[in-house]
Amino acid sequence: MFVPGDAAARSVGAEAVALAFAASGAEMVRTGSRGLLWLEPLVEVEGADGRLGFRNVRAGDVAGLVASGFAASHALAVGRVEDLPWLARQSRLTFARVGVEDPLSLAAYRAQGGLAGLAAARGMAPDAIVAAVLASGLRGRGGAGFPTGVKWRTVAGAVADQKYVVCNADEGDSGTFADRMLIEGDPFVLIEGMAIAGLAVGASQGFIYLRSEYPLAEKVLRAALAIARAEGVLGAGFEIALRMGAGSYICGEETALLESLEGRRGVVRAKPPLPALQGLFGKPTVVNNVLSLAAVPWILAHGAEAYAALGTGRSRGTLVVQLAGNVKRGGLFEVPFGISLREVVDGIGGGTRSGRPVRAVQVGGPLGAYLPASLLDTALDYEAMAAVGGMLGHGGVVVFDDTVDMAKQARFAFEFCAKESCGKCTPCRIGAVRGVEVVDRIIAGKAGEIAVLEDLAALMTDASLCAMGGLTPLPVMSALKHFPEDFRRALAA
Amino acid sequence: MTGFAAWDEGAARALLAGMGGGQDKVLPMLQALQAQYGYVHAEAVGLVAAAVNVSRAEVHGVVTFYHDFRMELPAGRVIRLCRAEACQAVGCEALVDEAAQLGVPVDGPASGGVAVETVYCLGNCALGPAALVGEELVGLLDVDGLRALVAGA
Repeated sequence: MFVPGDAAARSVGAEAVALAFAASGAEMVRTGSRGLLWLEPLVEVEGADGRLGFRNVRAGDVAGLVASGFAASHALAVGRVEDLPWLARQSRLTFARVGVEDPLSLAAYRAQGGLAGLAAARGMAPDAIVAAVLASGLRGRGGAGFPTGVKWRTVAGAVADQKYVVCNADEGDSGTFADRMLIEGDPFVLIEGMAIAGLAVGASQGFIYLRSEYPLAEKVLRAALAIARAEGVLGAGFEIALRMGAGSYICGEETALLESLEGRRGVVRAKPPLPALQGLFGKPTVVNNVLSLAAVPWILAHGAEAYAALGTGRSRGTLVVQLAGNVKRGGLFEVPFGISLREVVDGIGGGTRSGRPVRAVQVGGPLGAYLPASLLDTALDYEAMAAVGGMLGHGGVVVFDDTVDMAKQARFAFEFCAKESCGKCTPCRIGAVRGVEVVDRIIAGKAGEIAVLEDLAALMTDASLCAMGGLTPLPVMSALKHFPEDFRRALAA
Repeated sequence: MTGFAAWDEGAARALLAGMGGGQDKVLPMLQALQAQYGYVHAEAVGLVAAAVNVSRAEVHGVVTFYHDFRMELPAGRVIRLCRAEACQAVGCEALVDEAAQLGVPVDGPASGGVAVETVYCLGNCALGPAALVGEELVGLLDVDGLRALVAGA
């Protein structure tokens, strides 16, 4: 039988369930999570015709489950897990192995196709690896959507005595948890992706910068790195060091992350120079998100064409949707680009957890736009989101019901920016503070302040050094645009 | 009850000596010291600065920049309550009000050996409201759950 050891599953009692099963003498594999988070703890039992699932198992259910012989007629049974529509509808490439086997078994990883990408890459010239990533159409999954192959080509072409591969695992956006789930559920795929990147660009050293809010991911990753070293996946020309963040959101911005890795305050750098040319310790550096690097082994193992065959327009391959907030069925859902927000929120998510109407959806984290229910037919891809004034970001979708006060959400966007700004540039450092004040005055009924807010937003967008100050106006102004009544409530009263 | 060692300059020095000497070790060093002693002791700033050959101001700047570093021993258990958007959408602010009712205002002083602090995102956004207690993630936190956490249950 299989009991998830993922942090989210543990947060709703998976640990107690595992202890109860262990006490009953059952043999058990601790897996990652399948991503059907509203069913957690989702216990699976290997049967004659596949794995049967049992939902929301509590420790108190264990004795009854064991006594019933894990009968398919048990009240908590959900049938064959792979037949669940939620899973059956997905195209799991990056997350193919997550939730299936012991994340720290390299043998299981191999048996499920792991290390095939690295083996292929070892037989290729570096520029052929870069060409494959280019041809796959893979774009950065951290938020900016920059073509990964172009970044790799730049680093590969740079001449230097030392180059680096840096994995950005500082997943700070609210509503996102895919990096955490991948690291906890299939850490070897990230290690493999980084090793391939090292071969492609000529880097011998990698760093993973993981946020400190993920203590379980840290443990799993440390163990996985030790195993990878012992088994020779690492060590032969490429090594990875794990570094922990220290609770700073801005360190998810790549140049702030590099500063932090170098032992300084996480203050962003002006670009140029690009990190690809002068990155970590001034050397050419690939900085990629966890999901970008984890997509690479599949691309190398199955071919760039197979990856590029999925998706839509300039968004190729799969999108890892993280469905969160006030949603009935929240979790992780990997599909080819092109799925609409409505399918995600209503179809897959089943609407709100509270049962009230969906009023707003924030896509792309704290710097993403708030979209009204009327825009739910927008497709979740880079271009379509940009066309409605939003951004895809890291793929997080946070659902709000009709009790949300959008003026408060706009205020929070500024408040968050004020707290997390690195302080280097004035539009962000001062603008965020002024923004809170202006929204407060609007909420207090001063209609004339809306023009001030618009002016401030334009200034921050145009003059900030990085996306923190540059995109904070996005949630603010989308809230004002789509939900003006919330800002004018005080005026009307 | 916190399980941290009492500050010991000699031991701290020995701890740092095993960690190499580049400036990139500043965060790992501060993290190691905080894990050992529960906070970054004022004297630790100078030790780290000397170990990596940068100024004390440089290290002080790092300590004060990152939310994780504390310069005083925590007064007890810390409940880190997520207050980011996904948890807002499922009512985390009601828990903030409840914490105040319970006498442990969020980001206020500890009371009865417990403090509640704000954190922005714990990666449990589909099962919010979320909190982190030590290394244990808590999901679907409600008022009763918060009371139990504060009571230490």
